[in-house]
Amino acid sequence: MNKFWIVLAHTYWTRFKSKSFIITTAIFLLFIIGIANIQSIIELFDRDNEPDVVAVIDETDSIYSVLSDSIEQMDNNFILESYEGSLQEAEKKVQSETYVGVLKITYNENDLPVGSYHTNQLTNTSISTILKNQLQQIKVAMATNQAGVDQAVIESIYAPVNFDTVPIESSDGTTAKTEEELSGARGLVYAMLFLLYMTVLTYGNMIAMDVANEKSSRVMEILISSSSPVSQMFAKISGIALLGLTQIATFIIAGYVLIKQKQDELVGGMFAFFGLSDIQISTFVYAVVFFLLGYLLYATLSAMLGSLVSRMEDVQQIMMPVILLVVIAFMVSIFGLNAPDNSFITITSYIPFFTPMVMFLRVGMLDIPFWEVGLGIGIMIVTITIFAIIGARIYRGGVLMYGRSSSLKDFKQAMQLSKKE
Amino acid sequence: MTLRLEQVTKQFGSFTAVDNLSLEIPDKQIFGFLGANGAGKTTTFRMILGLIDATDGKISWNRETIDYSKSDHIGYLPEERGLYPKLKVSEQIIYLGRLRGMKKSDILTELKGWLERFKVPEYLDKKIEELSKGNQQKIQFISAVIHKPKLLILDEPFSGLDPVNVEMLKDAVKDLKESGTSIVFSSHQMDHVEELCEHLCIMQHGKPIVHGALTEIKRSFGKKNLFIHADFELDFLKDLPGVVSQKKFPEGCKLQIESEEISQKVLQAIQHKGFVRRFELEEPSLNDIFIEKAGESYE
Repeated sequence: MNKFWIVLAHTYWTRFKSKSFIITTAIFLLFIIGIANIQSIIELFDRDNEPDVVAVIDETDSIYSVLSDSIEQMDNNFILESYEGSLQEAEKKVQSETYVGVLKITYNENDLPVGSYHTNQLTNTSISTILKNQLQQIKVAMATNQAGVDQAVIESIYAPVNFDTVPIESSDGTTAKTEEELSGARGLVYAMLFLLYMTVLTYGNMIAMDVANEKSSRVMEILISSSSPVSQMFAKISGIALLGLTQIATFIIAGYVLIKQKQDELVGGMFAFFGLSDIQISTFVYAVVFFLLGYLLYATLSAMLGSLVSRMEDVQQIMMPVILLVVIAFMVSIFGLNAPDNSFITITSYIPFFTPMVMFLRVGMLDIPFWEVGLGIGIMIVTITIFAIIGARIYRGGVLMYGRSSSLKDFKQAMQLSKKE
Repeated sequence: MTLRLEQVTKQFGSFTAVDNLSLEIPDKQIFGFLGANGAGKTTTFRMILGLIDATDGKISWNRETIDYSKSDHIGYLPEERGLYPKLKVSEQIIYLGRLRGMKKSDILTELKGWLERFKVPEYLDKKIEELSKGNQQKIQFISAVIHKPKLLILDEPFSGLDPVNVEMLKDAVKDLKESGTSIVFSSHQMDHVEELCEHLCIMQHGKPIVHGALTEIKRSFGKKNLFIHADFELDFLKDLPGVVSQKKFPEGCKLQIESEEISQKVLQAIQHKGFVRRFELEEPSLNDIFIEKAGESYE
């Protein structure tokens, strides 16, 4: 077992010291720092931006001041300015970029306001939409006033209805997840899906590359003559897993420190969106369990496939099915986030390749009995064991096989090479 | 500590790589494996090391099967050279040495000693990819012997080396034998085998066609070589009884004769023909034996 640790330490340290690892980690850290400071960065760019000005030609003489007030209150990035000249002159000023547009307000035959917005930025609809909505409100107020309706009546008409979703207590005393819990779980599921997706793609690939590298540099034959290929395979998987954990831990610590520093800015922002504070402890435990199982499954698969190719160039090709599986699992779970109790989701959550993502999604979003989760975990453990056994045999034979092709035939050949009598 | 192979057979599908091979490789000696490419040498080595399992038969070392519990006492230089191109020589050897159960500090002392011996001490902190092929081979050799193995398997150790380095490695192999290592090595260069091995085995299509002590093999072969350089035509000699074959050179010819007595008959035949510059009776070379034996089994 001693040699297991030597291989593990070697895998970990050579990767850890490599330039590519240091550079990717640094880039990700910069990215995290960037995200954390996104508000300051946006402000930096916004500061030297003068607000856009919309010229208003008001033929009613009364609406401009009301409209201007309400626009100012909304704190949009544009202001209104009364314009006394003709529409043609104003349009010229739009062309010369003094104004972003001209709003002309007139009365129709019913003495109600009519607006026309002239601009050369037809793609930028946000200003025209805001103007239209504000004008609509003024029109409603004026129309109801003309009809003699009381202002209080108007307000009660437009007040939003009171509507609550109340979870019903089931016979065993538990309730369905509340809206807060659900949005919290959704956040965690999102984070977990993304993390698992990235991890499997990055580190699965790394394992396959490592194995293929040892094969292409032909150092493998010496290695397997000094320690068993099976313990080497698992040492490699564990070494890369540790490396991944180091990287993820670096990001989490950096993220945590930054969030601590920026607490005032971010409270109510990111945290409320992800709602991490409302999650049950068990969900976190499941997150860790499913993450590890998911990694182990895909890592074993990658090591097995990596041992089948003998050149680095072939790694991408043979990893294709694994990548496809992860992508499908990701798509299914994104779909499942909106319909977690769909029977399609229920079924896919028992397919081992999808279990870590989809079953976790169900655990997080629904109240499913423990036996279902247990069954999912059980199926995964069995699958991982089977893959480990097959993988170890293929690895044993595959590492001695040097050929160009990479197909099902190779599986057979590798199995034959490692045949125990 | 005898290495014993008993009726070992290895089949890959319908192809038989090694066919019913029985060998006994004595302790603390150098044993040579000869054979053309694809004769089954590497497969045999891999079976000895336990990298692949024999389809049939038994391999034992000191009456025990070889598995990973013994890997600390076994050294292996594979035919396909391989080291991590991106690692430094020291990192490389430390890793491989630790996998053979050595301590880091011991590895460094040993490694420095070996690098001195091979006259390349400055390579300690160089990356493998920066070294020339011959120097990579030296490092590869060090990685196979750093842990002072009791059984050393060298698959084509001298291929691709210049004569100076071949001598250097040969001396190292001889010294290892003196210090009590049993060495099995393969080659298709007969002169290396002749120089180093007490025992040998010639393989052909997975079967041993010659097997035993070098002196014994040569003696039982019987046939001798006779070199004649003379100023006159020597063609008529091939028709003499007892002459197996004739190979002509500009200055004369080489005769293969059935026994040493025939040489005297040849001498009589050329006695009065003219000036004879060279008349020399030689032991058959391993090369002759190999060509003859390998040729026979083709027919």
